[in-house]
Amino acid sequence: MSPDPDGTRSDDRDVDYQLGQQDAGSKASNPEREDGDRAFDVGIRAVPGTEGQGSASATARRTGGGGRGRRDSGSSEKKGGGKASGRRRKGRAEELMVPDATFTSYYGRPVVKATPWEADIPFYLFAGGLAGGSSLLAAGADLSGRPHLRRNARIVAAAGITTSLLALVHDLGRPERFYNMLRVFKPTSPMSVGTWILSAYGPFAILAAGSEVLKVLPWRFGVLSDLVDLAARPAGLAAATFAPAVASYTAVLLTDTSTPAWHDAHRELPFVFVGSAAAASGGMAMVLAPLAESGPARALAVIGATAELVVEHRMEGSMGLSAEALHHGTPGRLMRASKILTAAGATGALLLGRRSRAGAVVSGLALVAGSVCTRFGVFEAGQESARDPKYTVVPQRERLDAKRAAQAAGREPTVPPTSVRPGPSADDAQRTDPTSHTQETAR
Amino acid sequence: MDPSTSSGQALTTSPVGQPDAHRGPDQAFTSVEPGGPAVRAGWEEHPPRKGFFTDTSICIGCKACEVACKEWNGVPQDGIYELLGSSYDNTGALGASTWRHVEFIEQRKPLGGQTTGVTIGVPETTSYAEPSVGRAVLLGEIGGDFDGSAGADHSGLDLFGSLKPAPAQDKPLVDLGMPAFDLPSASPDAGERTDFRWLMASNVCKHCTNAGCLDVCPTGALFRTEFGTVVVQDDVCNGCGYCVAGCPFGVIDRRIGDKNKPKDDLANKNHGVAQKCTLCYDRLSENLTPACAQACPTQSIQFGDVDELRERAQKRVETLQAAGVMGAQLYAEDPDGGVGGAGAFFLLLDEPEVYGFPPDPVVTTADLPRMWKNAGFAALGLVAAAATAFVAGRR
Repeated sequence: MSPDPDGTRSDDRDVDYQLGQQDAGSKASNPEREDGDRAFDVGIRAVPGTEGQGSASATARRTGGGGRGRRDSGSSEKKGGGKASGRRRKGRAEELMVPDATFTSYYGRPVVKATPWEADIPFYLFAGGLAGGSSLLAAGADLSGRPHLRRNARIVAAAGITTSLLALVHDLGRPERFYNMLRVFKPTSPMSVGTWILSAYGPFAILAAGSEVLKVLPWRFGVLSDLVDLAARPAGLAAATFAPAVASYTAVLLTDTSTPAWHDAHRELPFVFVGSAAAASGGMAMVLAPLAESGPARALAVIGATAELVVEHRMEGSMGLSAEALHHGTPGRLMRASKILTAAGATGALLLGRRSRAGAVVSGLALVAGSVCTRFGVFEAGQESARDPKYTVVPQRERLDAKRAAQAAGREPTVPPTSVRPGPSADDAQRTDPTSHTQETAR
Repeated sequence: MDPSTSSGQALTTSPVGQPDAHRGPDQAFTSVEPGGPAVRAGWEEHPPRKGFFTDTSICIGCKACEVACKEWNGVPQDGIYELLGSSYDNTGALGASTWRHVEFIEQRKPLGGQTTGVTIGVPETTSYAEPSVGRAVLLGEIGGDFDGSAGADHSGLDLFGSLKPAPAQDKPLVDLGMPAFDLPSASPDAGERTDFRWLMASNVCKHCTNAGCLDVCPTGALFRTEFGTVVVQDDVCNGCGYCVAGCPFGVIDRRIGDKNKPKDDLANKNHGVAQKCTLCYDRLSENLTPACAQACPTQSIQFGDVDELRERAQKRVETLQAAGVMGAQLYAEDPDGGVGGAGAFFLLLDEPEVYGFPPDPVVTTADLPRMWKNAGFAALGLVAAAATAFVAGRR
């Protein structure tokens, strides 16, 4: 399904991440480098001598990536690294023909910072999408007379949005100040926009679910129950109007950052996320609703899963270098699992969903699990791409070089260089540096 | 169709004439208006934009700026005297509790093509002599003492980076026993050692004109001051962490407290809250120089009006380039750049990524209108999918 990232990449870019032959001292003092160093093997060679040694993770482990005490997934990268170096060896014959692409970093440290967000956020991405899709299903079920589907979807939506809000507050550095989100409305801040979307959506979703819960309870609350019953349909429809925004804005939340693998995905990620939301909500409804009513849920799940898989594939093509982050280590495993589960779930929904309750449940669960894997995979890929300076430096360096080349071509060569400097790039200097024989032999 | 110009500012307080005068409206993105960022943020009367020009060519790596910053701003300790194994840099990176960070880069490159002709008997292997003497030449202090032949010879460096070793000195060298900076084992044959230079740089928040952190802050805790700087209101921030990913330079971070210490301990000051350089907002308000610039013994950190600093930086980089330091370049000062010209910019002696700076930073919100558009289409697509599902699922 997915193209081999290394295969595609090696056409235009050498695949050799060389660990720096550091000048004196640091090798001896950093035994850790040994374990982390092959982690980003598939990428690009760090330039030695300008201290581009070591993987970001090795350094991040020591320095906490600048913010101390942050967790790191070095061990998982190790495994991915083993595989990667195998692939590299395969490509060695062609390597001689292709000039090295190199990059420089400051001791392999991250350039941009990974967010301090933890599992709360990818969980929210999933639960928010599940809630949004479920509200749409509930509204449709309400209008088309499918009471079980409506009841289940409304309750799933309310549960999804409630746990989402709890996760979001829990992830704050100062949870007791969560209400400061409501101080302002800023279109430049997707988180602010999202806060207001959730504030609009949440009460309606919960009210609609409340009416379903009240109906199930063995006793009534007099006028209150009547009012809630009366409000149920308008509330459900209102929730459904905000639901698409709930499901799609989270993509902007991630892509409006300097995190390479998120920002680079900004064209397609909204579509991947709504696809994932549709697959998850359809899958969940297949699990909970009787076969007679779950036809629309199956259809939504299949449409969503297909859209997710197709657009995700396209996204990997358009992201550039940072697509690599989706293929290695933990995020790589999550994304592979997501694809398998989503494809299997969609196939199951098509073939078994109408006939067998058990088949519908299994397919539905696979779709839900696939959505969870997508969200965690995209989230973790972003975190990895922030920790490895390669993903920030290499594309920006290419952009800058292209800009300088264009500038140099379009202007008199006699104009004295000022801030844009036509001097030797660090990489060029490194290659011809008399001391660089150490790198050559190491390669 | 730029959403930034509308309601974001309407809902926040107007800074001038309000009791809450330090809290300007939140920033829009990427629209450059005359008058600088303070005007754009809604300040009607404001002093000239303030900033730093950090001239790394005269940084001596003393870390006085780091210390002064911590002392003045009451920034808690981070890390327990770790040795990071990266030269003399044991700070690591900017972060919530590191607002100035002195970087050390060891390179096998000459600083420029000069030879002073001043033989003070330091053997060539004592590598720090070369850059420091070279630096003195650049400062013009002993610029007249060039050795006739070698001094004028800039052939050791050309535009395309074919660096040759500096011409050998013919005067006999006497080993004074000066400390070497390399491990003895690192160099099997010390006689073949050639050029070596230190790069030192004091990194700091750039106080961007188009500030990603400020744009994405959902609480309005980050705001644009009347000096055109970007400051966190630590009593408003709820630690959502969005600014951390919003910054293209990896400057701002969320502070992690120490649970083993009492709540009022310095280690727990503003825990869980995003923190970064304030350009000493409190000192600026009293017409004082920020602590780091005040403490800098070489004027590597220069504080002043951004317009004036830009001119100064331009002159300085031209001087250095004329002297043969072809790596000299200004960083983040270009108003047409991706962050709209930073309030704190740098003169670097090598490419930005050597210093851990992004080579071509662009504020992430530059793409935001397109992102919202795509998200809108995706939302419509979801509605369409649901509608289709109910039509198709009727069977």
